[in-house]
Amino acid sequence: MIRIRELSKRLGSKQVLKDCDLDIESGETIVVLGPSGTGKSVLLKHIIGLMHPDLGSIEIEGENIVGMSEREINQVRKRFGMLFQGSALFDSMTVGENVGLSLREHTRMTDAEIARRVSERLEWVGLKDVEGMKPASLSGGMRKRAGLARAIAMDPQFILYDEPTTGLDPIMSDVINQLIRDLQRRMGVTSIVVTHDLISAYHVADRLAMLHGGKIVFSGTPDQVRATTDPMVRQFIEGSSTGPIQPV
Amino acid sequence: MAAEDLALRGFEYIRRRAFDWVADVGRVAMLLGDVCRFLVPGLRSMRLVVAQMEAIGVGSLWLVFVISLFTGAVAAVQAAYQFSNVVPLKYIGSVILRSVIIELGPVLTALVVGGRVGASIAAELGTMSVTEQIDALRAMAINPVRYLVVPRVVAAIIMMPVLTIFADAIAVFGGYVVSVTSIGVSTHTYVSALKQYFYYKDLFSGLLKAGFFGGIIGLMGCYHGFSTEGGAEGVGQATTRAVVAACVLVLISDYVLANVLFRFIFAS
Repeated sequence: MIRIRELSKRLGSKQVLKDCDLDIESGETIVVLGPSGTGKSVLLKHIIGLMHPDLGSIEIEGENIVGMSEREINQVRKRFGMLFQGSALFDSMTVGENVGLSLREHTRMTDAEIARRVSERLEWVGLKDVEGMKPASLSGGMRKRAGLARAIAMDPQFILYDEPTTGLDPIMSDVINQLIRDLQRRMGVTSIVVTHDLISAYHVADRLAMLHGGKIVFSGTPDQVRATTDPMVRQFIEGSSTGPIQPV
Repeated sequence: MAAEDLALRGFEYIRRRAFDWVADVGRVAMLLGDVCRFLVPGLRSMRLVVAQMEAIGVGSLWLVFVISLFTGAVAAVQAAYQFSNVVPLKYIGSVILRSVIIELGPVLTALVVGGRVGASIAAELGTMSVTEQIDALRAMAINPVRYLVVPRVVAAIIMMPVLTIFADAIAVFGGYVVSVTSIGVSTHTYVSALKQYFYYKDLFSGLLKAGFFGGIIGLMGCYHGFSTEGGAEGVGQATTRAVVAACVLVLISDYVLANVLFRFIFAS
């Protein structure tokens, strides 16, 4: 379980997160919704310790990661996989080297074992015979899937998805949505998805949470979101430019 | 009033630049501390160091060859001009040799490699920074200093002396070609002067400086690459800053090292 309490973060003159509270149950897929620039990615980066909050706590299975040393937080990070918005594949490496990097760095697996695991994880995300290719030669959808294969290489307990369908065509977005569901079923992972893509959100979410003004203003199942009369949520799901949410 | 306002703005600008400079010095010192801290774990991945040695060393060979050949050639022409009616031309080999191995070899190699390698490191790490690849490394519990900075700095420290030896040899050869073909010095005279005035302390001091310059080039490339912000424009600015900082620091440290080496250590 992940428990976030009173998380606050200021970046320059902007208060991005302010007393943000969120509970994420083990095994669930939670989607954090919100307009662009509301701090969704910042929240995600706090959960994996890439950013440090000004105030508040983040407990991963009861362990507060705020204030941990780099060495301690690295032990926590090994239980996470993260798919970045632009995939963040390492340009200088092949796809196979990208997917196998964590295994090479953190396990005593042999080269043959790593190669087998890499092929298996690439196959899970629907990629075959791409191990020797450079990321630059992959399409956007393939890069996302390769990034996802890298995120699941170490059998993580938690997977973080930062805008997994941004920049993809509707068909490829659906492929990614299916993968998120499949991986949750297959690996039993806890998934946190940050997106403003409502189709994707309804497809993958057990629960949706809406971030606005630096805090979670609504949390509920997809059906509860569809039925809510909360003006902020309604404005967001209806895609209206008029309402309590002011376009930035 | 306008003059007062202008003075205030000028003072504010200087104050801000001074703060930025002090902050930069502090951050470079912290990065250097991290490099020392992660030196041993970083060296466990020798394949990363070897890959960087290849990129820095082998990749710079052709450039170093060209600048060294012409440096030696120009040194011969200049020496012949300045020797005319003052110093016998038989000393031309010794002047070229000593000026090359003490000063021209290490410094010119550092400036050229600093431009090429410093820019390359800053651009690569800068692009990694703005495309979240460095965040991805951290998310995978891999320390970026250990994985990216240590191999580059160590490879630069190792390869700069190697490139400098190569540059010294090519420059002396360039000087030889010009001396023999257009100045009228015989091969025997040139080589005799080389043998007579070769001192190991000169070679050692040149190589020591080269290693030091290598560390500066690697560290500046990594520091400015890591601190890149924004998109392509940020990468371009980081690359420029890395090259300028490396070249300026090479020249400043050359003066400091020259004083330490030739006024204290090798003074006698």
